[in-house]
Amino acid sequence: MGNALINVPGTVKRGEAFEIKALISHPMETGFRAGTNGTLIPRNIIQRFTCTYNGVEVFNLVLSPAIAANPFIAFFTVATESGKLVLRWTGDDGFSAEETAPITVTS
Amino acid sequence: MARTPRTTTRRTFLVRSSSAAAALALGATSMPAQATPESLAAAIKDVVGGASLRTGKVTLDLPPLAENGNTVPMTVTVDSPMTEVDHVKAIHVFNEKNPQPYVMTATLSPRNGRAQVAVRIKLNDSQKIIAIAETNTGEFWTASADVIVTLAACLEDPT
Repeated sequence: MGNALINVPGTVKRGEAFEIKALISHPMETGFRAGTNGTLIPRNIIQRFTCTYNGVEVFNLVLSPAIAANPFIAFFTVATESGKLVLRWTGDDGFSAEETAPITVTS
Repeated sequence: MARTPRTTTRRTFLVRSSSAAAALALGATSMPAQATPESLAAAIKDVVGGASLRTGKVTLDLPPLAENGNTVPMTVTVDSPMTEVDHVKAIHVFNEKNPQPYVMTATLSPRNGRAQVAVRIKLNDSQKIIAIAETNTGEFWTASADVIVTLAACLEDPT
């Protein structure tokens, strides 16, 4: 579920901080808006975003209805070992999406 | 948009002077419309607790004028070496006039290398955004930015 775009540099020098950019398609419905028939549209947001680097969690973001639709998240992490990054989004109505990206670390 | 340099720019000066003016006004009289709502104060207190909140170290990058409140790019950068002994543990962001005061909380560690997070947010009205950085030593640093919104979020129905 979900359509995600992630941007990670292919190779990074060991010890260097590199940026990870992630974009996922999601309505991020706030639960405060009324639909055409006047009733409130139920809340449907991504609640949490996490990034693990070779199994270790390096970034965690708690989202709220104040995050724009199709959430874009950019953050940094330090290159330690070659391996893989796993980005995971979870939210309302059992929403769950996962993307992985390989990372090559040069010394 | 250019990144805010370390030196005092016109914008940072304006932000600082306006918050200083707001603080003065708060002390002098009760402010009706622009006063920080109680829910915002409560939300901030939940995070900060009894610790003192100091201005500085945090750079909150937001456009001063947002044409569309549905998506406003925001970057929070904290001046920190991000080492085991001195790093930012969390970045919290709050707003003044959305239905809920809470925007996001990012959990960081020395593994991040750089204390910087960028997201896009929704703004329901022209308002002040407040970022708070929590360090591992229990210090709280803050920065705020005012954004003028021409088209508010939460108005249009997508269907």
